[in-house]
Amino acid sequence: MIRFEQVSVTYEDAAGPALRGVDLSVDEGELCLLVGPSGVGKSTLLGAVSGLVPHFTGGTLHGRVTVAGRDTRTHRPRELADIVGTVGQDPLAHFVTDTVEDELAYGMESLGLPPDTMRRRVEETLDLLGLASLRDRPIATLSSGQQQRVAIGSVLTAHPRVLVLDEPTSALDPAAAEEVLAVLQRLVHDLGTTVLLAEHRLERVVQYADQVILLPEPGAAPVIGAPADIMAVSPVFPPVVALGRLAGWSPLPLSVRDARRKAKALRERLAPLAAAAGAGAAFQPEAGAAPLAPTRPAAPTLPMLPTNTSRPIGEAKGLSVRRGRIEALKGVDLTVRPGETIALMGRNGAGKSTLLSAFVGLHEPAAGTVRVGDAIPHRTRPAELLRHVGLVPQEPRDLLYADTVATECQAADRDADAPAGSCRALVTGLLPDVADATHPRDLSEGQRLALALAVILTARPPLILLDEPTRGLDYAAKARLVDILRSLAAAGHATVLATHDVELAAELAHRVVILADGEVVADGPTAEVVVSSPAFAPQVAKVLAPLPWLTVPHVARALEATA
Amino acid sequence: MTAKDHPVTSDPNRDGTPDARDRALRPPDRDRDPRDAAPDARTWRAARAWRGVRAPLTTRARTLHAGAWWVWALGLAVAASRTANPLLLGLLIGVAGYVVAVRRTQDPWARSYGAFVKIGLVVIGIRLIFAVFLGSPIPGTHTVLTLPQAPLPEWAKGVRIGGRVTAEGLVFALYDGLKLATLLICVGAANALANPARLLKSLPGALYEAGVAIVVAMTFAPHLVADVQRLRATRRLRGRADRGVKALWQVGLPVLEGALERSVALAAAMDARGYGRTAQVPRAVRHTTTALTLGGLLGVCAGTYGLLAAQGAGYALPVLLAGLAAALGGLWLGGRRSVRTRYRPDRWGARAWLVSGSGAGVAGLMIWASAYAPTALHPPAVPLTAPTLPLWPAASVLLGLLPALVAPAPPAPPASPSKETPR
Repeated sequence: MIRFEQVSVTYEDAAGPALRGVDLSVDEGELCLLVGPSGVGKSTLLGAVSGLVPHFTGGTLHGRVTVAGRDTRTHRPRELADIVGTVGQDPLAHFVTDTVEDELAYGMESLGLPPDTMRRRVEETLDLLGLASLRDRPIATLSSGQQQRVAIGSVLTAHPRVLVLDEPTSALDPAAAEEVLAVLQRLVHDLGTTVLLAEHRLERVVQYADQVILLPEPGAAPVIGAPADIMAVSPVFPPVVALGRLAGWSPLPLSVRDARRKAKALRERLAPLAAAAGAGAAFQPEAGAAPLAPTRPAAPTLPMLPTNTSRPIGEAKGLSVRRGRIEALKGVDLTVRPGETIALMGRNGAGKSTLLSAFVGLHEPAAGTVRVGDAIPHRTRPAELLRHVGLVPQEPRDLLYADTVATECQAADRDADAPAGSCRALVTGLLPDVADATHPRDLSEGQRLALALAVILTARPPLILLDEPTRGLDYAAKARLVDILRSLAAAGHATVLATHDVELAAELAHRVVILADGEVVADGPTAEVVVSSPAFAPQVAKVLAPLPWLTVPHVARALEATA
Repeated sequence: MTAKDHPVTSDPNRDGTPDARDRALRPPDRDRDPRDAAPDARTWRAARAWRGVRAPLTTRARTLHAGAWWVWALGLAVAASRTANPLLLGLLIGVAGYVVAVRRTQDPWARSYGAFVKIGLVVIGIRLIFAVFLGSPIPGTHTVLTLPQAPLPEWAKGVRIGGRVTAEGLVFALYDGLKLATLLICVGAANALANPARLLKSLPGALYEAGVAIVVAMTFAPHLVADVQRLRATRRLRGRADRGVKALWQVGLPVLEGALERSVALAAAMDARGYGRTAQVPRAVRHTTTALTLGGLLGVCAGTYGLLAAQGAGYALPVLLAGLAAALGGLWLGGRRSVRTRYRPDRWGARAWLVSGSGAGVAGLMIWASAYAPTALHPPAVPLTAPTLPLWPAASVLLGLLPALVAPAPPAPPASPSKETPR
């Protein structure tokens, strides 16, 4: 269905080709997953399928790409529109009209389908994607999960034979991601649609893939094969694969179910350790403010609430926030103590970002109080507030105005009244190999996040807030972020992360707070909260349940102790 | 069965009673009105008849044609332009405001009405300020206050700055400003009631792609405003002031950058979804299209010139009409190049006729009224008199309330629009 023959793509003013020597074919009705670290050309490969590369992006394409027999050299994207449906990373950038129903019909109108066919397909698609109750709604009022489904629906109505998706679940909460993946499954199985998708969150998708294309590094030829084989050699892999590699299972498990069936021996080996450790009494904080000497090194070292009673550095009491006519937060209580890392979870639109913004004074409380240290955020001058609390927004680029890293750092020093060079020193610590003259836009997602974090840290705020820090990060960038945040916690900074990434929360957080509809529905140690609900449980916890290990490094450490 | 048997509910003219009227003006509930289920057969029959007439809830299929709202609003605007009577103008504003209040939806474009009302107030204010500082051509005897007059050179004779401010001048300026404000409010009402995107959907095929471009531009404006707000908020995170002109200026560049990136992404998405696919048309048809369109436009220009110029009125009208016909023919032929089809276009139904008819009726009656009662429609500012409400013109303005009865009612707003679970 999709065939690449010796394809290489070189963009203008790029040092080397973005893709080189790609030879692959994807058959009809296959769900094909494209994996690889950031910046290896995944988006370029996807764009080449829909013809946007090179017709829209510019650059030179050598070789031949054919989709259902049509050569993308001679067919422009609009002439492939009836065969290839493309959904990019940001669904909002995809919408042409303003209501759900019009959006679903737009592609068909362009293709010139007869009105009664359009009507029938719109109704079918509304049902297929569960959008029937939203048909008259303006798209701007939908949640991100709903928007993602509308974006997929809007290309599905044209009945494309190939669906190309770039990170369809990255911005979604676990439940919404499940929903989108269920839809893709159904398309592949019921309609025989060929699906090609790129995704960083492999733990969500790898078990559904029929074939995996791995781009190991920029300019390297792709490695293609069955998911289990590719996962054995891939530099990016989900926790369940990491656990399989650690335990030496072959073939590698791709789903929790596979792993659980293989993990019997491992569970038996670990069970005595858990029993010896006692029911949570001796669990150690990973890098807390109250580091205790590890009494029983074999115990599962889960992060947990540091037992400190020091003064809270951030506190919300009965906090209610109204945004327009909607009550975004209702009577929320949250206490953040020094050295603590808190993960704020909940579905899209549950009020996580609003809570973080309330801590930096972007929203005035409708009722209740919020304070950081001694300051009341919305009554404090920004220059003063900077010393109490720092927020890295969902899109770190919003925080960066300058055109080079160096000027950005100088501005940050001035803003924070810090001695010259302090921001640059932080950047060097977080990003060892970034040149002064680099434009912030040319950094990768992970590097940009680190730069924004450095800018915020220049004022040394005791409380750091991060909104969706792992969106768009590959596993390596995520591991770096985890290290950075751990060392910050060890230095006494408190961190609150709003995140959909259960693996990140399991690895990092002492406490998990779950918000639903603007209310706190759970607040407790990570191990308890996360394990008690399947939607928020990390893969390792599901594999090893009822044992209390949450992440692969924890298991590795326990096994080392027994060896 | 007679009315006597059921004295409580038997009212043969129930539809005309204040109760029924009141019920119609209130946005009906989603569910059936329990009062409709009256036990009495005659009442039941009357109620059934009423339910047929009563406005249904808005759904996509029953949405009033956007053009009908524009015809209605422009009719009111024409009526407003024919009178300077503040009472009639106030009545027109009231009619437009009432219809907007009971018939506008919760959609983003429906919020524009308030902005138009504010602009109208600003217009009145500016008109009054001009009247105070630059004087007014209206001769008046009631001096309200006297400003110091700025001496001007000889060549600026006829221009006055400062000086005497008369009550007559102010009243005249107020009437004049009120007229402009009413026009603006009528346009605002159409904007709030009709989805601009749906209106553009009714364009002929050849103009469709231009229409899409306009729709995209219109959806970009709110995005831009949201971007500015977000970036100003993030300035606070850097410890910089988030208010003031400087803050706005400094976020300008990032906002434009973001807008540019988004438009490129949107253009890519539109291309990938088939925007701009064209059908193969024979070369002859293409050339004919070009010739017809260009020739038609030339004809329109020449005809208009002829009409406005002193001589040549004889051939002007035929040339204009022929030019128009040729241009329309060119558009129609051009539409054949487009392969597009329309998804559920708005239908011009009986309700659309009623709504547009009521607007046209108000305009027509007011034009007629300016013939039979010119003084009532233009109360003189000199000498100062209290304006009176002329009965028949006022009654004809009330005809504009018809859409409040017949146009589909907006559905009840959801309790919390963005809080719905993604399920």
